[in-house]
Amino acid sequence: MPLVSIRGLTVTYEGGEAAHKGRPLPALTETDLDIAAGERLAVIGESGSGKSTLALAIAGLLPASATIEGKIEWPGLRRGPAHGRDIGFVFQDPAASLDPVLTIGEQVAEVARTHLGLGWKEAYARAADLLGRVRLPDPRRALAAYPHQLSGGQKQRVCIAAAIAAGPKLLIADEATSALDTIVQAEIVTLLRRLTEEDGMTLLFISHDIALAAGLADRIAVFRHGRAVEIGPAAQVIEAPRHAYTRALLDAHIGLDAAPLVARTAGTAR
Amino acid sequence: MTRALRLLRRRLIGSVFVLLIVVIGSFLLLEAAPGDAVDAYIVSTGGDAGLVESLRQRWGLDQSEPTRLANYLWALAHLDLGQSVAFSRPIRDLILERLPNTLLLMVSATALSFGLGSLLGVVAGARPGSARDRLLSIGSLALYAVPGFWLGLVLSVVFAVQLRWLPIAGIETIASGKTGFARAADVASHLVLPVAALGFIYLALYLRMMRAGMAQVWRQDFVRALIARGIPRRRIVIRHVARNALLPLVTMLGLQSAQMLGGSVVIESVFSVPGLGRLAQEAVAARDTPLLLGIILVSAVLVVFINLAVDIAYAFLDPRVGASEART
Amino acid sequence: MSRMARFFRSPEAIAGALILAALALMALIAPLLFPGDPLAIAGPPLTPPFQDWALPLGTDRLGRDVLAELFHGARTSLVVGLAAAAASLAIGAVVGTLAGFAGGLTDEVLMRVTDAFQTVPGFLLALAFVSVVGPSLGVVVAAIALSAWTGPARVARAEVLSIRERDYVAGARVIGMHPLEIAFREVLPNALPPVLALSSVIVAAAILTEAALSFLGLGDPNRVTWGGMIAEGRAVLRSQPFLSIVPGIALVLTVLGIYLAGEGAVEGTAVRRGLS
Repeated sequence: MPLVSIRGLTVTYEGGEAAHKGRPLPALTETDLDIAAGERLAVIGESGSGKSTLALAIAGLLPASATIEGKIEWPGLRRGPAHGRDIGFVFQDPAASLDPVLTIGEQVAEVARTHLGLGWKEAYARAADLLGRVRLPDPRRALAAYPHQLSGGQKQRVCIAAAIAAGPKLLIADEATSALDTIVQAEIVTLLRRLTEEDGMTLLFISHDIALAAGLADRIAVFRHGRAVEIGPAAQVIEAPRHAYTRALLDAHIGLDAAPLVARTAGTAR
Repeated sequence: MTRALRLLRRRLIGSVFVLLIVVIGSFLLLEAAPGDAVDAYIVSTGGDAGLVESLRQRWGLDQSEPTRLANYLWALAHLDLGQSVAFSRPIRDLILERLPNTLLLMVSATALSFGLGSLLGVVAGARPGSARDRLLSIGSLALYAVPGFWLGLVLSVVFAVQLRWLPIAGIETIASGKTGFARAADVASHLVLPVAALGFIYLALYLRMMRAGMAQVWRQDFVRALIARGIPRRRIVIRHVARNALLPLVTMLGLQSAQMLGGSVVIESVFSVPGLGRLAQEAVAARDTPLLLGIILVSAVLVVFINLAVDIAYAFLDPRVGASEART
Repeated sequence: MSRMARFFRSPEAIAGALILAALALMALIAPLLFPGDPLAIAGPPLTPPFQDWALPLGTDRLGRDVLAELFHGARTSLVVGLAAAAASLAIGAVVGTLAGFAGGLTDEVLMRVTDAFQTVPGFLLALAFVSVVGPSLGVVVAAIALSAWTGPARVARAEVLSIRERDYVAGARVIGMHPLEIAFREVLPNALPPVLALSSVIVAAAILTEAALSFLGLGDPNRVTWGGMIAEGRAVLRSQPFLSIVPGIALVLTVLGIYLAGEGAVEGTAVRRGLS
């Protein structure tokens, strides 16, 4: 039984580019996708492929003006998925995901407090734990730090900590590394892999960088113009892609035959 | 803490320059008045040319302008503001007598306008575009268009004259002999209408600012992240959005202090409150330029201090202030 | 969509424009409808309104026609508002451009002077100025402009600081244009839009300040002003509150109209700037 089952998902934004007959072009068209519990699924595509739309649709974060057709079902859940409690979301720009006037400790603790029914003292203790898990130096002192005092990579670690604070079943990382430096990108990917392994979380990793995803994902789905063109096990998609577009994406990636930044099998990262 | 102190020191030095410009500028402006304090005195009390000469000599008004300016600055350094012609008393004493009443009026009006205004602004800004938002928006715009002195008159007619709930004028019942709490209550009842008149106008301002600020903060990306984390809406509105939207309002507090001081002139006049504003009007009526100069100076100093305090408060509220200095 | 069309989309802007049109009409036809001196005695004092159709709003304490005073007062408010705003915008734009373009010591000095003018409460400054020079319409306008110019100056300076880094300024320098010429021919016109956005706020503030000055008896004694009318009515506030209330309502409607129209105009331009 999959964690999430998507059938015929079509998303159209209000005011999108007009297609024919004056109706706007959908950002996502007739998408079918199953996400298995515990798997790491990478959704790869360029701008306009619909990959972020898919992530936002699953998370329930689409703007109210967007039209949604099709079904997104969560067979294992009795009630519909709740923000934060069942789904954790990490956005692309960590600086824009944190309140600049409150401490990072409070912003992580408030998630724990909201969903786990903890008092503030316990919530802050849990926040310190989480900051340690995301490998922030000196987590206890970091609780009192403000976002502007951290680097981009550190801010993203905080955002990840806040996203997993309530122990959600699904973690969605929407271009979570795209705004970061290359080495930091690899660190964040390693972090995501470790966290999902430790907690048995399902990971949906959205990116335009197929090489980065290759080191992380069990399965890869390639999207183009709002449709999935290829979905398969990561090794197969990378080494023996079936679709011409996937091949083009791989070819365009310079130096893919060089040793990857992140090891493909579980084990040491370079 | 050091961040705030560094800010304070920099601002103090700048403020001294500004105040110096204010002193010299005001002095020159008031020197341009046709006739001087002695002429005004003679007009009201009468006297011959010989008296005019001796008075001029006594008050140092026969010396050249730069000399008088220098003398004035020297006196200022000793906190001596000179002598009032109209009241025949040291100006410093006069001002110190009237200042507390104006301060009381201003602080109360600011508390009312800032407190109630930002609260209503949060209510309006919690749901932008809702019916109550539009109502508060139009209501506040209309209120902001009201002249303060006219509002004072209207309030006075309704509450003091017709309904007789509140006293019409003054700051306390004259020669009532009340002390302690009873006296405080008496002063408070006298201040209700003036504070309301002065405060309601600026209440509209803070309401609109908070509302606009919240609308702007709502659009920021971190709000979307908060929703994605499942934070309850109420906490988002109060702890995140309102907290961020508060910052420009705090800055406005400083800027409004100068305007409110000006507004107190008319309000004190309408309600006959014996404060600094009223004193200014009396100085104008009596053509007492030294007194007017003193009032302008004290007002400027007051504004400077209020702005300094506001800046420090802002530094506490916004952790980003002064951060770049600390790092380099 | 043209700016005019966008302006007329919002009901608030239309309401504002209507009010201002009515005000302008009042001001223009005042001498036609009520020829002669509005300060002259027109009938028995304290005639109540709606009694005598030659005096629709009655008379005041001295027997002057209230409706005539109301119409002529509109002229004063409009003239003072527009003149004071024009003066403040002009002074502010010039000072701000000079400060922003010259930079360095000139900028520092001009900004300290601006600070000084902002530190003294505007109304006190106006009070002092009018009492020194003497109450007349021109003096009142100057007094208001004396404190209102600081806002436009800061906005102009901020705009100029960003504009002066642009290519066409560098180009003008290369050609050999004199810095002052560059400042006022190339930079200032482009810095104007956000400065002009302040105009409605300044006009409104000017009208309110003039009313307050007249209320305190420092307005032009030869002119009818709404503030003066309110002061006059204060003497008979208990028996005839209407004499003070009506000019106040006129002030509220006028200022409200300015705010509404001003916000409508800003909305129109703001959208355009956002897209560029």
